[in-house]
Amino acid sequence: MVNLANPTAFVELSRRVLPWLAAATTALFVVGLWLSFAAPPDYQQGETVKIMYLHVPAAWMATFVYAVMTASALGTLVWRHPLADVAQKAAAPLGAGFTFICLATGSLWGKPMWGTYWVWDARLTSVLVLFIIYLGLIALWRAIDDPGRAAKAVAILTLVGAVDLPIIKFSVDWWNTLHQPASVFRLGGPTIAPSLLIPLVVMALAFTCLFLTLHLMAIRNEILRRRIARVTMLAAVEGDRLAPGLAAGGA
Amino acid sequence: MADPHLGFIVAAYAVAALTIGAMVGWVVLDGRRLNAELARATRALDGARRGAKGARR
Repeated sequence: MVNLANPTAFVELSRRVLPWLAAATTALFVVGLWLSFAAPPDYQQGETVKIMYLHVPAAWMATFVYAVMTASALGTLVWRHPLADVAQKAAAPLGAGFTFICLATGSLWGKPMWGTYWVWDARLTSVLVLFIIYLGLIALWRAIDDPGRAAKAVAILTLVGAVDLPIIKFSVDWWNTLHQPASVFRLGGPTIAPSLLIPLVVMALAFTCLFLTLHLMAIRNEILRRRIARVTMLAAVEGDRLAPGLAAGGA
Repeated sequence: MADPHLGFIVAAYAVAALTIGAMVGWVVLDGRRLNAELARATRALDGARRGAKGARR
């Protein structure tokens, strides 16, 4: 059993897993894009429905990444797992990226379908709030020098921001929105035709694998960053030990 | 694909490709920079340790 709390063991495991994950991501994107372009047009939206194959997986990832960050925040505050804050810090820019794709593609889908790029609808606004929360968390990490204090502050803010997740999910049910209600994850099963659903599922798997690949790489980077800080500090301590010796030798 | 909204579809795929490219680029370039920095810091630590041993002799 690999001890994932040990950064060295984690780096070694990720080194072995990453090539496979990267290959799976590439293969899923190739198949997903091919299926998306081969899929029939929607009877109402025509070919514009092709934007769905990017917009919907990006929207799912935007909330999934935040859920991962919420679990990591609990790991930092409750279980004090040594890699929890590392995982959280590494995930934030990726979550912001997926949320940006969701907002931008949604806007480009909204113009031809709704006649407007943006509307202050509950679903759109709650996703915009999620994007702002991601940016706020990234800024907070950078604003506090002490990594321990930064991790605690970010973890608390992440838990507060998690309130936005159910709001995003149920906004289309709680309020009258221009955005359509859920059509895949619903109690009665998906309402999308299989010819459109299959490419969507493959693209969602591709986005998930992309996140897992980039997240593992970003966690490794963060471990490296902390190693550099430790080695630099040790070098400074050794330098300080050397300096008095040199001063005594010179006297 | 002769759709009147082709421009919106192309723009959506371009935005997604650019954003994903930026995310991949950020992670890969950051990793390379950090590996180089760790090698430099390790050399500096080794040098400091050798210097400390030499000074003790």
